[in-house]
Amino acid sequence: MNKHVSPKMNRRAFVIGTAAVGTGLAIGLEIPFGGPAVVRAADGSPEIGAWVVVRPDDTVVIRIARSEMGQGSLTGLAQLVAEELECDWSKVTTEYPTPGQSVARKRVWGDFSTGGSRGIRSSQDYVRKGGATARVMLIEAAANEWKVPASECTVARGVITHKASGRTTTYGKVAEAAAKLTPPADVKLKDPKDWTIVGKGLLRLDTADKTTGAMTYGIDVKLPGMLNAAIKDCPVFGGKLKSYDEAKITGMKGVKKVVKVGDTAVAVVADTWWHAKTALEALPIVWDEGDNAKVSSESIAKWLAEGLDDGQPAYVGNKNGDAKAAIAGAAKKVEAVYSYPYQNHATMEPMNATAVYTADKCEVWCGTQNGEAAFAAVLEASGLPAEKCDVHKVMPGGGFGRRGQTDYVRQAVMIAKQMPGTPVKLLWSREEDMAHGRYHPITQCKMTGAFDANNNLVALHYRLSGQSILFSLRPEALQNGMDPAAFQGVAQSGEAAFGYSVPNLLVEHAMRNPHVPPGFWRGVNVNHNAIYMECFMDELAQAAGQDPLEFRRKLMGNHPKHLAVLNAVAEKIGWNTPAPQGVYRGIAQVMGYGSYVAGAAEISVTEGNKIKVHRIVASTDPGYVVNPAQVERQVAGSFVYGLSALFYGGCTVKDGKIEQTNFDTYNSMRINEMPKVETVMVPSGGFWGGVGEPTIGVAAPAVLNAYFAATGKRIRSVPLRDQNITFA
Amino acid sequence: MANLTINGKTLTLDVEPDTPLLWAIRENAGLTGTKYGCGIAQCGACTVHIDGVATRSCGVSVAEAEGKKITTIEGLASGGTLHKVQEAWIAKDVPQCGYCQSGMIMAVAALLNEKPKPTDADIDEAITNICRCGTFQQVREAIHTIASA
Repeated sequence: MNKHVSPKMNRRAFVIGTAAVGTGLAIGLEIPFGGPAVVRAADGSPEIGAWVVVRPDDTVVIRIARSEMGQGSLTGLAQLVAEELECDWSKVTTEYPTPGQSVARKRVWGDFSTGGSRGIRSSQDYVRKGGATARVMLIEAAANEWKVPASECTVARGVITHKASGRTTTYGKVAEAAAKLTPPADVKLKDPKDWTIVGKGLLRLDTADKTTGAMTYGIDVKLPGMLNAAIKDCPVFGGKLKSYDEAKITGMKGVKKVVKVGDTAVAVVADTWWHAKTALEALPIVWDEGDNAKVSSESIAKWLAEGLDDGQPAYVGNKNGDAKAAIAGAAKKVEAVYSYPYQNHATMEPMNATAVYTADKCEVWCGTQNGEAAFAAVLEASGLPAEKCDVHKVMPGGGFGRRGQTDYVRQAVMIAKQMPGTPVKLLWSREEDMAHGRYHPITQCKMTGAFDANNNLVALHYRLSGQSILFSLRPEALQNGMDPAAFQGVAQSGEAAFGYSVPNLLVEHAMRNPHVPPGFWRGVNVNHNAIYMECFMDELAQAAGQDPLEFRRKLMGNHPKHLAVLNAVAEKIGWNTPAPQGVYRGIAQVMGYGSYVAGAAEISVTEGNKIKVHRIVASTDPGYVVNPAQVERQVAGSFVYGLSALFYGGCTVKDGKIEQTNFDTYNSMRINEMPKVETVMVPSGGFWGGVGEPTIGVAAPAVLNAYFAATGKRIRSVPLRDQNITFA
Repeated sequence: MANLTINGKTLTLDVEPDTPLLWAIRENAGLTGTKYGCGIAQCGACTVHIDGVATRSCGVSVAEAEGKKITTIEGLASGGTLHKVQEAWIAKDVPQCGYCQSGMIMAVAALLNEKPKPTDADIDEAITNICRCGTFQQVREAIHTIASA
C-alpha cells in the first residue's frame, strides 16, 4: 500500500496513486481506441482513436504518454504508431496528453511511467494497435465516401487510393468522417519484416529547439506573476526542521515569504530565484538531526560487511545444487569481496517544479519520468480531488531514474499552497540536489568459487549484503520480505537472468537498509551485480589458468543469447588477435531489462594508476531495434554514465549527511576521457528488450578486467577516485 | 541597476552588481536558453561568449560583465540563419536531453572561431563541458563535420 495515499482521496485518485507507485495492480487500466463521439484535440482537429489526431492539412499528431528525457523514446514511439498508421513521416508531430486528461478518460493512454528501460518495450503493442486502428478507420471513411469496399483501397504515406476508379484522397480530408466511425474490434499488426519506418535510424523529432535555447525545461517555465523558491531540507535524512530566524532575512531584496515545507524543510520565496537562494543562505536554520547524525560511511560499511557472514539471515534469489557442500569439498577455492557506493544521479538540470494552487485547482509544470506519479503527488499534497488537479510535463534536463520520484513535486505544491493564487517555481540548488538524491543503493558482495581437480567450476556462492530499493520505495513489491530486483543480472530467470550454468549455485541477499534513501539509478541493481559477477568471473578464469572469454564460453552453452552478444564483442574487438603494444583488453556480459548485452574495452595504464580508454565495443540484443541511431546513442551514453560512475561516482556519508556538494567533489567524465563506443546491434527478434540501461552494466567490469590484464591488480571497490586511480 | 549588452542590445536591468551574470541573463533579461547546472563554473551549462570568449556565466558578476559584448545561445544565429554549429547539431542529432547543449554549442562555436579545423586534441582541451547523457561521441563527430565542410 502506498503510504502517501490519504484516506480523503477518491477512488479514482486511489487507483492512480496505486498504479503510479508501481504495484503492478494498475486497476482501471483500459486501452480503448475511441468511440462514436468525436473527441477533439485542443485545436479542434479530430482524434482517430486516442493515439492519433489528424489535422486538415494532413499533419498527424501522435500522442506520447511516456516521458522523453533524452533517451529518444518519443521519436521511437512515434515511429511505431506511424508504421502502422502508414502516414507521411515528414508530417508527424507529437504531443503529451496530461495525466489528468488520461485519468478522466479511464487511463486511455495507459501507463505514463518511464523507467526500467520500459518506454518502448512496454508500450509497443498498444501504440502500434493505436496506429493500425486509426489507419483502418481512415481507410473506411474514404471507402464510405467512394461507396467502394475498404478492402479495395490502399494507403501509402497518408494518401488513400482506390485503384479501380483511380481516386485518391488524404488522411486530412477524411479525418472528420473517420472520427465518427466505430473502431475495429481487432487489428492485425505488420510483420516486422515489412517495417519501413520502424528499424530506421530516423532523426529525432525534438532536436531543433535544443540547439537554439528555445526548448522549455522545468527550470524555464514562466507564468504571469510567478515567484521563485529556494529550499533547504534537513541535510540528515530522517531529521527535522527545528526552527529558523526569519527576522534575519526579512529586509533582504526581493524576499516575499519564508515558509515551512512539511516537518523537514524551509523555503524562501522571492521575486527571483537568485534573491531566494541568497536569502536562504543567510537564513539561520536549526535542525533536529536525530540519531541518523551518528551514521557514517564507515559505520555503514561495517554493518554491510557483517551481512556477508554466513551466519546472518539472507534471502535466496537463485539456487541449484548445494553450493556450500560443493565448496567445502572442492579441490580449489577462490574468494573475493567487492563493494559499490552510493551515487547521485546528478541530472544536469537540478530538481524543480512550478505549482499554482487555489481552492479549486492545483496545476504543476515539471519534468518527470512518471506523469501519473507526479499527478498522485499533486493530489496528495494539495488535498484536491483528481478532477481539480493536473500535471503538465515539460522537457526534463536528464532523468536517469531520479525524476521517477516526486519529492520535488510535492514540495512545490506544499509551498504554493501557502500562497494561494500565486504561481511558485521551486528550484533546488546543485548543492540541494547532491544532498537529497535518491542514491544508487550501497552494497557489498562476497563471492566464493570452487573448482574440481580439472579446473572446472563446480560451485559459486554469491552473497550480497546491502540496500534494497524496493524496501524503501515499493515495499508492496517485496516478496515475503525479499527484494526480487536485488538479483537483477544474477536471477534464475526473467528479464535479468544469470547467463552461466554452474552445477552448484547459491545467490543470496542479506538485506541491510541504511538511512540514506535509495533510488532507481540508470542500470539500477544490474550495475553492481555485473561488476561483482563479471570481475569475479575473471578472477575465476585466472584461478583456472584459462582465457577469460574461453572460461565464460564453457559456462554459457545453455545461454545462447547471452553467448551471442559476448561473441559479437569478442569478434569486433579482435579478442583472438594481439592488442596493440601496451594496450590490454577486458570483457563482460550481462542480461538486464529484457536485453542481452556485452562490452569489451581496450585500455593502457601508465604509472600504475593512470588509465586511458582507447576503445570500447558494446553489443546488444534487444529483440527489435526501433531506431538504430538512437540505440547507438543510448549505448554510447550509457558508457559515459557507467564509466563516470566507475571513475568518479561515490557519495560518502559523514554525520548522517552526504559529503559531496557539487561537481567539484562529484565529478563526471568529459569529452577528453571518453573514446568512441562501437556499437554492435544483434537483434534476434521474438521479444522486446530495453535499451537505455542494460549496457551500462558492462561498462565498469570491462574496464576493470582490462585494468587487471594491464597491471595484475584487482580493483574490488568503486569509485577509482578513492583508489587513487585516474584518467591519464 | 546595470547596463548589459546582450545579443547586440543594451538592456538596463534592475539587478545588483554582484549577481552572477547567469541569473541576470535568465531572470532579468529573460533569456532562459543559458542553463544553470552547478553555479561554481564546473559544468559549463551556462557558457556564453563575453567579447567572443567562451565563459561560464555563473562565475562572472554583472559588474564584471558591464560594458562587454555578451552573446547567449539565443544570439548565436544571425538574421534567422542558424549558426553552423547549430545546423551541424541538428543534422548529426547531437542532443539527448539537450540541457547542457546550449553551453556545449557556445563552447564549440568559440573553439571553431579560434581554430576552424580543430584536431581531436584541440577538442579535448577546449571542450570541458559536462554532459550526463553522454553525447560526446556525437559532439566530436559534428565538430569534425563542420571543420571538413
